[in-house]
Amino acid sequence: MGEPIIEVDGLVKTFRGGMRALDGLTLRVPAGVIYALLGPNGAGKTTLIRVLATLLPFDQGTACVAGVDVGRDPAAVRALIGLAGQYAAVDDYLTGRENVEMVGLLYGLTRREARRRTYEVLDRIGLVDAADRPVRTYSGGMRRRLDLAASLVGRPAVIFLDEPTTGVDPASRRELWALIRELVGAGTTVLLTTQYLEEADRLADRIAVIDHGRLVCEGTGDQLKDQVGAAVVELSVPDIDRARTLAALTDAGADPHGRDSGAVVVPAPLGARSLHRVLRELEAAGIAPETIGLRKPTLDEVFLTLTGHATGTPVLSAKAA
Amino acid sequence: MGAAASAACPVVYPPGLRRTARDIAVLTRRNLRHTVRLPGVLLLSLVMPVVFILMFTAVFGGAVEAALPPAAAGKYVNWLVPGLLAQFALFGGAGTAAGLADDLAKGSIDRFRSLPMTRVAVLAGRTLSDLCRSALTLMLMAVVGFAIGFRWQTDLLGMLAGTGVALAFGYAWSWVMAVVGLLVRTAEAVQAAVYIVVFPLGFTSAVFVPTQTMPTWLQPFATHQPVTVTANAVRGLILGPGALPAGQTVAGQVGLTLLWATAITAACVPLAVRAYRRTVT
Repeated sequence: MGEPIIEVDGLVKTFRGGMRALDGLTLRVPAGVIYALLGPNGAGKTTLIRVLATLLPFDQGTACVAGVDVGRDPAAVRALIGLAGQYAAVDDYLTGRENVEMVGLLYGLTRREARRRTYEVLDRIGLVDAADRPVRTYSGGMRRRLDLAASLVGRPAVIFLDEPTTGVDPASRRELWALIRELVGAGTTVLLTTQYLEEADRLADRIAVIDHGRLVCEGTGDQLKDQVGAAVVELSVPDIDRARTLAALTDAGADPHGRDSGAVVVPAPLGARSLHRVLRELEAAGIAPETIGLRKPTLDEVFLTLTGHATGTPVLSAKAA
Repeated sequence: MGAAASAACPVVYPPGLRRTARDIAVLTRRNLRHTVRLPGVLLLSLVMPVVFILMFTAVFGGAVEAALPPAAAGKYVNWLVPGLLAQFALFGGAGTAAGLADDLAKGSIDRFRSLPMTRVAVLAGRTLSDLCRSALTLMLMAVVGFAIGFRWQTDLLGMLAGTGVALAFGYAWSWVMAVVGLLVRTAEAVQAAVYIVVFPLGFTSAVFVPTQTMPTWLQPFATHQPVTVTANAVRGLILGPGALPAGQTVAGQVGLTLLWATAITAACVPLAVRAYRRTVT
């Protein structure tokens, strides 16, 4: 794990109206990794990206990208970064090639160098054949790839991807993941935001869980999963017993989470012994589960458990958000 | 590529005058490409000035001709076309506001703001490409006017100079509209701003009729507001000094127009750059 290339210390950003989007966020992103910011809508992920990309001034704290202070020297930061936004900011009426070449020129490349690198990134991203078509004829996935290409043409040390696969079909999503992974292989650090837990789990080397503008926890996907315990008990009960089940398990200190699907999930830090205990509690309450089993937690559960605890809000509402 | 390649990346920084000029050229070309690739939109934008020339010549011609100074050679179209050149140079600014609002909505401004480019380039590129579009509009207006009987009363040089003065004022005005576009941010709000500000300014002027024909409470404003000054300057250059109200000279009106243009630009460029830097979407 390399030196940190992004260092964020006690970052505070309050919007007009008092919304505290970043509330003393501290974060280190090591160089050369894919780093995911994971959190629900309004957690502050996009705000952090916009602050680091010099688009948004902040109120307190410090932020450095590749050793350059974002607050003090934003112009120098811009030469080091690439940004691909939530809504692929590509020009509909320009061709793919013109789009990327324009961004290259705006990075300060010579015309020749911009042309050369445009070909290079379009080739890498698989858009050479479509390069001379207007972007309005592109599919959603192609637009995202082009947006990514544009953010790469300046060969930034860090690229920021704000929800790079939101609204993209599953096949294009896998393609984008592969592309993003290749970038890191080539030495670029990627900081991305996502609401998709699977995306963070499968794509990122490290994950920061963010909620209410604060870091809830940070680590590799496996480390995060370990924090909620090695396993969970998942059970289902008839609908009429559901409320009673949750109450009984809560009284027993088991911290159950009800799911929209109807399933009830309980952390099982002691593995089979936890399962046994859940069964005993249910029996004591006179409830017969329809199914019950022990399994590994998903990142989804990790996330809900962590943000639920950290913020003191009920886990169910975190799920709804 | 990698850290070493990034360090060797030939980024020119900090941006000097040459870099600024290049960034502006890149953005101007981008906007002109949009214009050329949306021929339908361009054609539609050319319909209104043509309709104005044909419509107002037919509607006002008979009523107003008697009130015109002799420099108009007795034809309303001679009076109208120079005035409309000034007015449509003014209307061209609506495109500046709409274009910037559109770039904001689509996230293009976010991308530009994250790039190591000159801050003023997006705005200068927008106003310059709109200047090109206005030049095309004004040329077409002259041709259509010519077809229905408009003749300059000075010479071709006066015609070109008149068009140039109108464009200079229009360019300055497009910086006002750049500020408007960055502040209001949506195409609908831009439309409203055009109706509230640009239409009254364009119509309570000497564009259509001499201001002496207006009610006395309106005259002080109508006579001195910048669109009237510009219309007078353009008319003076195209029709000769006889087209101007008593006591005015062509050079005086041209000088006053350029002064207005300079003052408006000087006031609005910093405001627009400030609004651009603060766009928080």
